[in-house]
Amino acid sequence: MGILEVKGVGKRFGGLQALSDVNLSVAENTVHAIIGPNGAGKSTLLNCFVGKLIPDTGSVMFNGESVLGRKPHEINQMGISRVFQTPEIFTDLTVMENVMISCFAHRDGAFRLHPFETVAHETDIIEQAEKMLLDVNMADKRNMHAASLSRGDKRRLEMAMCLAQEPRLLLLDEPTAGMARADTNNTIDLLKEIKEKRDITMAIIEHDMHVVFSLAERITVLAQGTPLVEDTPENIKGHPKVKEAYLGESV
Amino acid sequence: MKILGLSAKDTRFLLIVIFLTLATPILLQPFPEGSGLATFNAGYPDLMQRFAIFGIFAIGFNILFGLTGYLSFGHAAFLGVGSYTVVWMYKLLDYNVVWGLPLAVITSGIFALLIGFVSLRRSGIYFSILTLAFAQMSYNLAYSVLTPITNGETGLQVYSSDSQVLLGASEPTTPHFFGIVMRDNFWQPNFGGWQFTFNNGYYFTAIIAIIVFYISLRIFRSPFGLMLRAIKTNQTRLNYTGINTRPYTLAAFVISGMYAGLAGGLMAAMDPLAGAERMQWTASGEVVLMVILGGAGTLMGPILGAGFIKYFENIFSKINDQILQGWFSWMPDWLSGLLIEISHFFVGKSWHLTLGLLFMLVVIFLPGGLVEAGQRIARLFKKKPPENGGKGSDHHPQPAPHVAE
Amino acid sequence: MDAIILQILNGLDKGSAYALIALGLTLIFGTLGVVNFAHGALFMIGAFVAVTVQRFLGFSFEQIDPDKTDFLGNPLKVKVTYVESWFGPEVGGTIVDWSVPVAVLVAIPIMLLVGFVMERGLIKHFYKRPHADQILVTFGLAIVLQELIKYFYGANPIQTPAPSAFKGSFDFGVLVGFDPNAIIYPYWRLVYFAFAVVVLGAVFAFLRFTTFGMVVRAGMADRETVGLLGINIDKRFTIMFGIAAAVAGIAGVMYTPILSPNYHMGMDFLVLSFVVVVVGGMGSLPGAVAAGFLLGILQSFASMNEIKSLIPGIDQVIIYLVAIIILLTRPRGLLGRAGVMED
Repeated sequence: MGILEVKGVGKRFGGLQALSDVNLSVAENTVHAIIGPNGAGKSTLLNCFVGKLIPDTGSVMFNGESVLGRKPHEINQMGISRVFQTPEIFTDLTVMENVMISCFAHRDGAFRLHPFETVAHETDIIEQAEKMLLDVNMADKRNMHAASLSRGDKRRLEMAMCLAQEPRLLLLDEPTAGMARADTNNTIDLLKEIKEKRDITMAIIEHDMHVVFSLAERITVLAQGTPLVEDTPENIKGHPKVKEAYLGESV
Repeated sequence: MKILGLSAKDTRFLLIVIFLTLATPILLQPFPEGSGLATFNAGYPDLMQRFAIFGIFAIGFNILFGLTGYLSFGHAAFLGVGSYTVVWMYKLLDYNVVWGLPLAVITSGIFALLIGFVSLRRSGIYFSILTLAFAQMSYNLAYSVLTPITNGETGLQVYSSDSQVLLGASEPTTPHFFGIVMRDNFWQPNFGGWQFTFNNGYYFTAIIAIIVFYISLRIFRSPFGLMLRAIKTNQTRLNYTGINTRPYTLAAFVISGMYAGLAGGLMAAMDPLAGAERMQWTASGEVVLMVILGGAGTLMGPILGAGFIKYFENIFSKINDQILQGWFSWMPDWLSGLLIEISHFFVGKSWHLTLGLLFMLVVIFLPGGLVEAGQRIARLFKKKPPENGGKGSDHHPQPAPHVAE
Repeated sequence: MDAIILQILNGLDKGSAYALIALGLTLIFGTLGVVNFAHGALFMIGAFVAVTVQRFLGFSFEQIDPDKTDFLGNPLKVKVTYVESWFGPEVGGTIVDWSVPVAVLVAIPIMLLVGFVMERGLIKHFYKRPHADQILVTFGLAIVLQELIKYFYGANPIQTPAPSAFKGSFDFGVLVGFDPNAIIYPYWRLVYFAFAVVVLGAVFAFLRFTTFGMVVRAGMADRETVGLLGINIDKRFTIMFGIAAAVAGIAGVMYTPILSPNYHMGMDFLVLSFVVVVVGGMGSLPGAVAAGFLLGILQSFASMNEIKSLIPGIDQVIIYLVAIIILLTRPRGLLGRAGVMED
């Protein structure tokens, strides 16, 4: 029984069957990659996990509870954090404030009216946020404006914000999209480091095979909205069906 | 020094605001009576009261618009609700404002809760239009069907036939606070041509303004305030960080509505009248203007903006041909005639034109408002490079070198 | 039945004005992505072009009329407008009488110019700014324009009569088979409706059947792609802004016999037109037109005494109530696209 259990999920947009009968099980404390060519339905599937889309059929269970019909913030509070393709951070705030918001969300839940407390007096939150920034090597940038960070740093910051919530499942939507090779490698190292330091399950959607094979323990190949194979990286490499999906039938 | 749970910097900031507020009757009276520049004096009770009242209105509006970025075009409705509540308490109980003002805050809070609950289901321009629609509805209803409550075009006021059950025999028959009559002056000294007026009503509103400014300062520095700023920046990320944004925005909306209700109540506390025109959308536009002009999202901005607009409304609309001729009398006739003609566009009845122009110039060249202007000037003098990208200091503004009411 | 028809007719002229203003608003929003709070002011400027034209045509000089004498037998001086003296009393008199339609011809180039200047001088710099900034700067501009008009024309409404041929009312009921006096309708309102239909038809035809219109529509759907095709979309959008300004302007000109122009009429109409645009669906041209007429007619129904006695005050709030209901149940408006202006 995996921490994330997807059964028979289907989703239709008008005349397009984006997903059909997707079954997937992500085991706890593993890194599970979902790969596939463009338009295979990877992002649609991810959006079904986080509450942005509701599938027409099937079920998505996280830790034994259904996530369907819940709002994004409720699903997040269940223990699922998400990293976006282009980093979504609070650009008007400082790096430190960005991470502190995650810490508050983790401690206080979806809503708490605390208009007369003072951020500067929340020592435990500050400590926690600083520790998080140390973890991603951004402690020296804590007072910088998030908008002025480099793209790689924005990615790190977003990662720190997600990890500050101590999620059980981290979803990564093409975390290295549009990055230079050096940045990509840095991100891979960062993710490896994160994985070493804590018990966390990661589900990665990725285009870049270099990233996938450096990180993933299990890989699901998606093509035309349905899983083709699921196996270990070794077995996926050179799998005829995978080649076919990526390169067409001529191979 | 730290007081009231504030940092050293904020304490200093609060003390400056307190000083400036309490010293207003002196600071705004820099020119001796009878001098050519006496027109620019603003230290008379009626105007100072308006500074404080609109300051409160703007401070409250800033909590919604400045922090969350939700642009409401309907906050004047709460202003009207506050005024009506206070006048009704005069009619039913007596002229002591102690009954009406808290109730004004509560009723406007309830109104804000209802309107906010519906309007906040949408964002962006749709939110603006929804709030506008609600305010215009209230305004139109106040003029028509609700006449029994609002007294329609005449405006709500106290009549001798009203019950006023608590009215004692020796009690004042104008608004007062336990016998302190609002419109009375407690001291009117004259120092060699300089005339100062210390008015009960002004100090009453000023003390309330200081209290609500302190509350807004605390909100700015609180985790709640941090969340509101995060809402302005990136709602998507906030949702995926497990925060339910709706109750936060609703809380901000209700708080700002209560501030507006308090301001409206104070208007009726200074002058026992309430009219529907206070609810019109142009009145909502005015508070938006104040906050933008001063600097949205900053602590000092709304106060500066409110003071600036109310000051110029008063002074500019007071300037007439006689005064202009006095100023330009040393020039050749043709030049002074020309200047007076040009001035006609901007002063007297046309001062709104000045306001509109100023407003455009601010939005175009100075999106951060007067506070940003002050910071830029301060930086020029310090000759220090801007700290960490400049924009971050918006939330820790320096008191600008202006008269701060 | 006749009462219903009467209310529909009564709603048509207001609905026409809403539709014409809302069309421009949504056109500007759809093409330039700008929320223009100064659009009502353009309507108002149009109305004051009519006032100005009327004044110009009314310029007169005194002339001794040889045929008339005062009671002492001296020749009498009479006022003669210049137009009459140039074109003869017959033609000249007609021109003076028809000052409102004449003003439409004058208003078109003026409003186009105003539109171009506004777009190039101000709006252009706000394409990339947040909607709140756009609202605020155009709001400021609206105040300025309004105050300028007030400065030059005063604060009181100025009567601007329709041509005498269209003054008064006619019995519309008889034409469609009702009893006499059942539906009495002023001529000019019918003229206004017809005029609105023609203008709306012209704008839609222009957008549908010309290459220019096709590019603009494509640009509304996907600005970047059209830009990538090497088409200078900005120039076309500037022209579209001018056209939107002209539509609002001539709508204002023609409205003057119905409502004597005053300096704040722009703001009054702007608020309602914005509601119309939102109800119709931001960025949807047919939506704006449909919602304009719909709300105009609803408003006129709500002011029937029968309805008012049933729901007191409904005439005051109907438009806003409809807007609130639509926004909550159909966030995109009647005919709008998804996701427009939600940020």
